[in-house]
Amino acid sequence: MKYLMLIYGNEDVWNSLAPADLDALIGEVDAFNEALRESGELIGVEGLIQRPRSVRMVRDVVVVTDGPYLEAKEFVGSYFAVDVDDEQRALEIARSYPGVRYGGGLEVWPLMERGGEL
Amino acid sequence: MTPDDRVEDVLRSLAPQVLGVLVHRYGDFARCEDAVQEALIAAADAWPRTGVPENPLGWLTTVAARRYVDMVRADSARERRERAVFDATPPDALVAPAPDEEPVRDDLLELLFLCCHPGLAASSQLALTLRAVGGLTTAEIATACLVPEKTMGQRISRAKQRLREVGARFEPPPEHEYGQRLQVVLHVLYLMFNEGYSTSAGAELRRADLTRPALHLVRRLHERLPKSGEIAGLLALMLLTEARSQARTGPDGTLVPLAGQDRSRWDAVAIAEGVDLITRTLATRPLGPYQVQAAIAAVHDEASSIETTDWPQILALYEVLERLAPNPVVTLNRAVAVGMVRGPHAGLALIGELESGVLAGSHRLLAVRAHLLEQAGDRVAAAATFQEAARMAGSRPEQRFLLRRATANRTA
Repeated sequence: MKYLMLIYGNEDVWNSLAPADLDALIGEVDAFNEALRESGELIGVEGLIQRPRSVRMVRDVVVVTDGPYLEAKEFVGSYFAVDVDDEQRALEIARSYPGVRYGGGLEVWPLMERGGEL
Repeated sequence: MTPDDRVEDVLRSLAPQVLGVLVHRYGDFARCEDAVQEALIAAADAWPRTGVPENPLGWLTTVAARRYVDMVRADSARERRERAVFDATPPDALVAPAPDEEPVRDDLLELLFLCCHPGLAASSQLALTLRAVGGLTTAEIATACLVPEKTMGQRISRAKQRLREVGARFEPPPEHEYGQRLQVVLHVLYLMFNEGYSTSAGAELRRADLTRPALHLVRRLHERLPKSGEIAGLLALMLLTEARSQARTGPDGTLVPLAGQDRSRWDAVAIAEGVDLITRTLATRPLGPYQVQAAIAAVHDEASSIETTDWPQILALYEVLERLAPNPVVTLNRAVAVGMVRGPHAGLALIGELESGVLAGSHRLLAVRAHLLEQAGDRVAAAATFQEAARMAGSRPEQRFLLRRATANRTA
C-alpha cells in the first residue's frame, strides 16, 4: 500500500533552532531517508519551495495568485511517499520522522491505487 | 503466439531450473540470482533474432555460470574468492556440459520456499518470487507493482541480504514446518494473482503481467505435487476467476460487476478446466480454504445469470469457508449470499456484526451495506451509503462505479 506523507513546517519553530540542533536534525532526516531507501520502501522524497501558486475560479475566470498558504503559520514543507505492507508500518514510519519532535507535524494519506473486488 | 511470446514463455519456465543448477553448484543465492538475470536478458535479446537454441537450458546455464564467474572475478577480494569457487567446483563442472548431459533438475519448490521465507515482509516475498522464480526483470516487477525501478531494485537486494542474515538455506524446510511453509508459498502466489486481478491504477483494471506468472507457477506446482488439494484448489480458483476477466471491464475501462457482465465473454475452456479440477479435488482430497473458494467461483461460472445462480449452495459454501478460515471479509461475502437467499434485511443484520470489527468504515463494508439497502428499497439510505463508500474507495474505477450507483439511487 502506498502512502503520501505531508510534512508540515512552521517558520517560527525552524528559526528558533540553534545551528547545532538544526545540523543534527538535518543529519537525522538524511539518515531517516536513507534507511527507507535501503529497505526498498521509499518511492520518492522532495522538499517544497515556499512559493506555491493558487489556481481558483473567480466568477468565470481561472485566476492564478500567490498561494494563500504563505500567510498561514504551518505550511507543507516537504513530502515523501512510501510503499509498505500495511498502514501500521506507514504510521510507524511517520512516528519515527525526526522533524516531528520539533513541532510541525505530518499527515499520512493513503494513495488510491488498488482496490479489492466488489 | 508471436516469437517474442514464445521466447518469453521458454525463459519463464526455465528460469527457476537454471537458478537451481547454479545455486546447487555455487551456493551463493544472491550472486547466482544476479547471474541468471543477466543470462535471461541476454537470451531475451538474442533468441528472437537467432531462434531458440536446441538446448535452451544448457545455453542459459552456460551463460549464467560464465556471468557468475565474471562477477566473482570482479569482486574486490578477487583471488580469494576465485580460489574458493574453483575449489568448490567439481572439475567437470568447469567445462560447459554437452547438451544432453545437463541433468534436468527441478528446483522450483525449493526456490519458492526460499523466496517466500517467513523472515521476509510480504512485499519482499512477492518481489523476490517474481524475479527469481517468475523470471521477470526488476523493471517489469517495478511496473507491475507501480513503484519506481530504483525502489524495487533496492527492495529485492534488501530481501536477498535478509535471506543471508536469517540463514535461509536452499533446501526443503524440515518436515514439521513443511505444511506451514507451503501455505506461505501459496499465499504469496495468491497475492500475486490478486494484485494483478484487482489492481486498478490508471486505465487498467487488471494486470496480466502479474496474473500470468502466478497462474503459470501454480500450474507448475500442481504438476509437481498433484496430490496437494490446496494447490489444486488454488489453481482452480485462479482459472475460474481469470475466465471472467474479459467481461469484467467495460468498453470505457470501467468496472463491470458480476451482475452486469456479458457471460458469453467468459472463457468457456478455462471454466471447463477449473470446474473439472475442483470437482475431482473436492471428491478425493481433504478440504481446504482455496478449494472452497474455487467451488464458489465454479458455482458462479456455471450459472447463466445472477438470478439463476445457485445462491443457497454459495451460502452453504461460505458457511464452510467461515468455519475453515474465519475472516471478516468472508463474513461480508456471506452477507451478500444471505441477502440473495433470505432477503436483504437478513443480510443487513449480519453486516451489523461487522460494524465493530476491522472492516468498520471500509469501503467494502459500506458498498455491501449500500447494495443491501438498495435491495430493501431504502433508496435514500442506499444513496448516502454508496456516496460514503465512494469516498473511501481504494481505486478510481471502483470510486466511479460507486458514485454512479449513488446517483442512480438519488434519482430513482
